[in-house]
Amino acid sequence: METLQKLKYERPVIKQLNAGVTTKFGAQTGFIPHTHIDGLAVKDLTARFGSPLFVISERTIRQTYQEAYNAFANRYPNVQFAWSYKTNYMNAVCRVFHQEGSWAEVVSRFEYEKALGNGVPGDKIIFNGPDKTADDHRVAVLNNSPIHIDHFDELYGLMEVSTKLGKRPKVAIRVNMDTGVQPMWDRFGFNYENGQAWDAITKIIQTDKMDLVGLHCHVGTFMLATSAYAVAASKMADLALNIKRQFGLDIQYLDMGGGFASKNTLKGAYLSGTDITPSFHDYAEQICTTLIKAGFRSEELPLLILETGRALIDDAGYLLGTVLANKRLSDGRRATIMDFGVNLLFTSFWYEHAVSPAQDCSQYAEDAILYGPLCMNIDVVRENVKLPPLNKGDQMVVHRVGAYNMTQWMQFISLRPNIVLIDLDGQPHLIRKHETVEDLTQLESTPAHLESFDL
Amino acid sequence: MSKLPVTIAVTGLNNSDNPGPGIPVIRSLRESRHLDVRIIGLSYENLEPGVYMDDLVDMVYAIPYPSLGHETLLARLTYIHEQESLDLIIPNFDAELFSFIKISDTLAGMGIRTLLPTQEQFDARLKGKLVEFGDRFAINVPKSLTVFNADELTDALGEFSYPVVVKGKFYEAYVAQTAEQAHGYFYKLAAKWGTPVILQQFIKGQEYNITALGDGKGRLMGAVAMRKTYITPNGKGWAGVSIDDENLLDMARKVVTQTRWGGGMELELMQEDSTGDVYLIEINPRFPAWVYLATACGQNHPDRLVRLALGQHVDPQEDYEVGKMFVRYSWDMICDLSRFQEIATTGEVAIRPMELA
Amino acid sequence: MFFMKLKKSVAISENGFVFNASRGDSFSTNPTGTRILDWLREGKTDTEMKTLLLEKYEIDEATCEKDLYDFIKMLNQQNLIEA
Repeated sequence: METLQKLKYERPVIKQLNAGVTTKFGAQTGFIPHTHIDGLAVKDLTARFGSPLFVISERTIRQTYQEAYNAFANRYPNVQFAWSYKTNYMNAVCRVFHQEGSWAEVVSRFEYEKALGNGVPGDKIIFNGPDKTADDHRVAVLNNSPIHIDHFDELYGLMEVSTKLGKRPKVAIRVNMDTGVQPMWDRFGFNYENGQAWDAITKIIQTDKMDLVGLHCHVGTFMLATSAYAVAASKMADLALNIKRQFGLDIQYLDMGGGFASKNTLKGAYLSGTDITPSFHDYAEQICTTLIKAGFRSEELPLLILETGRALIDDAGYLLGTVLANKRLSDGRRATIMDFGVNLLFTSFWYEHAVSPAQDCSQYAEDAILYGPLCMNIDVVRENVKLPPLNKGDQMVVHRVGAYNMTQWMQFISLRPNIVLIDLDGQPHLIRKHETVEDLTQLESTPAHLESFDL
Repeated sequence: MSKLPVTIAVTGLNNSDNPGPGIPVIRSLRESRHLDVRIIGLSYENLEPGVYMDDLVDMVYAIPYPSLGHETLLARLTYIHEQESLDLIIPNFDAELFSFIKISDTLAGMGIRTLLPTQEQFDARLKGKLVEFGDRFAINVPKSLTVFNADELTDALGEFSYPVVVKGKFYEAYVAQTAEQAHGYFYKLAAKWGTPVILQQFIKGQEYNITALGDGKGRLMGAVAMRKTYITPNGKGWAGVSIDDENLLDMARKVVTQTRWGGGMELELMQEDSTGDVYLIEINPRFPAWVYLATACGQNHPDRLVRLALGQHVDPQEDYEVGKMFVRYSWDMICDLSRFQEIATTGEVAIRPMELA
Repeated sequence: MFFMKLKKSVAISENGFVFNASRGDSFSTNPTGTRILDWLREGKTDTEMKTLLLEKYEIDEATCEKDLYDFIKMLNQQNLIEA
C-alpha cells in the first residue's frame, strides 16, 4: 500500500504529576461519551434543532413518576401527586404529568392560568404561595380550587372575597415547623410550635365561612435528611387529629409538599449526588409509616398529597451545547467556552453539573474551567472540571437540568433556544421554539421623538 | 493444616505520618495461620507508601476517589476483578466506606465478599448523633447539645459545668473554661465549619481505645484495649500498650452486640477519674491503624474478618496478651522512579503478577 | 519559523512519562505530545513539526497550528524548554 492511512488526531496535552493529584486513571473515569439520548444521536439533534438545545425525555419522566408514585402508593392507601408548575411549566411537560394522573400545584396567577389552559379542572389546581390578589382569590373560589393560605392577611382577605361572592372556598393552611433541619423554613405559612397554626385553624372553623379541607407543609428544599419528613408528618397528623377531637371535623388531605433532592451534586459536597441522594422509597417510608402509625382510624386516613418537582423532572432534562473556543488562562489552566452559560443553566450557580462529551474522546484529562458565552465574568458553568481535549465544534451534554432551568432561564445577552421532547417512540417534538428578535421587540414601543437619528 | 488460598484487595496504603490501616491489615493477613493470601493493594494516590512495599503487596491498582460516585468505583473494581479474581475486599478509609457499603450487594453478586456495617449502623455512629446513639443503645455518652446561634449557646451553657468541650461540625474541638471562652470558640468554629456547633461535657480522665470486630449478627468476635503512651502533636498515637479492663471491654461488647455491627471498628473511650465511669466518645467504622497490636497480642482481627466473610465457622475470642507495646517508626524506602512512573501512567503496578496456568 | 530546544535534563518514555531530572518534576503526556517532544529533541522547527503533524494525522491546518503553539507554551511554562 502506497497511501498511508492517516492517524486519528488528538490534541497534545501535558500534565504535571504530583502527590495528591489524581492519577491518569482517576481522571479517566469521567469521560464516558454520551452520544445518544433515547436512541437519538446528539449530533443529529443539534443539526436539526440547533445548538444549544434543551432535550427532555418523556420516557424518563414517566418512569420517574411511576417509581415515585409506586413508592408511596405501595405504603399508603390514598396518594395524589400535584405537579409543581414552577419547576418546569412547559405545557408538554405538564401534560405528561397530568396524563400520569398528577393534579397541578401553582404559586401565581400566571401558573394558574397555564394549568387551566392545559385543561386541568379547577378543583384539581392547588393554589399555593404568598402572592394572591383579591382577583386571584375570586377566580380560584369560582373554580372551586383548593387555596392554601400563607398568612393572616390572606386569610382575612379571602374571607372578604368569599362573603362578597356568597361562596364557601375550599382552603388549607400552610404550616411551618421545626423538623430538626437548618435553616428552618418559617417564612411561609403559620408556625406550628408557637400556636400560630392552631390560631389560624380555629379562626377558619369558628368564623364558618370557608371549608378547611387540608393542611399543607413544605419543610425545605433539596432535603437530604429524610427524617425531617417523619417529624413533619407527625406534626401534621397531630394537628389533624386535634381538629377532629376539638371540632369533630375530618381533614380530607395532608399535603406534605416537596423538597425531595435530585441526583445532582451540590457545590462543596464531597460525595457524588448519585450516591447520597435518598430514593423515593426512603422519603415514602418516613412519611407513610409515620402517618399510618399516627392514630387515624384506617378508613379515616386522609388523602396524602405530594408536590415534589425537582426529583421528578431533573433526570429527564439534558442541555446540549457546542464548544465555541478553547483558550489558555494565565496560570496555564485550560478554559473551554461553550455556547450555553448561566443564562440558560441557572442551576449551575448551586450544582456541579455532570458534563459529558458527546463524541468519542481521549482518556487524557486536563484541568479546565467551563465558561458560557456571555461577555460577563459571572458566566461560569463549572469552576473546576477534568475534561478530555475538546476541539472547537465538539459537542457536550449537561445532565440533570430538567428542574428550574426552563423556568428560570434568562433572556440576557442572547435569545433562548429550542426545547425538544423525545416521545416514547423516540420521535423528537419541538415543544418551544427558539426566540427571535421580533418576539422580544414586539413588546417594546418607541416614543415618536426617538424614532430617527443621524450618525 | 493446609492454608486456604484467598485473594484479598485492601485499601488504605497511606502508611505516612497520618497512617491508614491498610498496611497493618496486610501484615496481619500475611501472618494468618489459616490463610494463604495474595494481596491486591488499591491506591488513591501515586505516593501511598504501600505501593512501594514489595514484600507486602503482590499487585497494586489505582482506584477512583469516592467523590466520583459508586458507579465509577464499581466499573474499576470490575476490571480489577477480571484480572485478579478477588475473593474479598477490605476497605479501610472512613470516606470510602459509604461507597463500598452501597455496592456491597453488587460485589457479592460478582463473588467478592465484604464484611461491613450496614448503612444504618454507619449513619447511627456519626459525630452529631452520639447522644441519640447513646439513648438508643443504652450506652454511656457524654452529655452534649447542638447549638446554632449565640442565644442558644448562652442557654445551653447553663446546662453544663465547666470545663466544656466546644466541637466543630466536622473537625476541631476546644476545651472552654468559661462562658467567654465558649463564645469565642463557638464563633471560631461556626465561621470555619458552619453550624451547628456541638457542646459536650468535658470528662476529666484517661482516654482508651479498643479495636473490635463484629460478625454482623450481634457477636463480638474479638476486642483488644490499648492505651496510647505517646501522642504526636497532631494527635496520632505513636506508641501504646495493650491493657485489660473489664469495664472497657464491656463497652465494646455492648456496642457490637446491640448494633449488630459487621466488620472492624475502633472505639474511643474516656474513663472518668472521679467515678470510674466509662464514656463512649467516638466510633470509627473500620480497623484502627494500630490494629497490628491486636494481632501481636494473639487476636488477628483481619484474619478473623476474612474467615467470617468467607462464611467459615469462627468462635469469638476473648483472651489476649496484656502489656504488649507498639512503637511506631518511620523508614525511608528507596526505589527507582520507574515504580512511580508505572503507577502514574498505567494505574497498575505488577509486583508478583499471577502466573499463567 | 523558530527553533526550540528541549532541556537536556528531560527524559521521555514510550508510555508518555516525562521526567525533568534537573528539577525533579514528572509529567504525563499523550501520544501526540510524546511525538512532539521527540521531534523537539531531534531539533525540528515549528514549521517542520506542523508539516509532520499534517502528514500523519487527520487534522486541519488551523487546529494543528493552534494546538502546537499552545502545547509549546505549556512546555515553556513547565520549564521543559531552554530559555
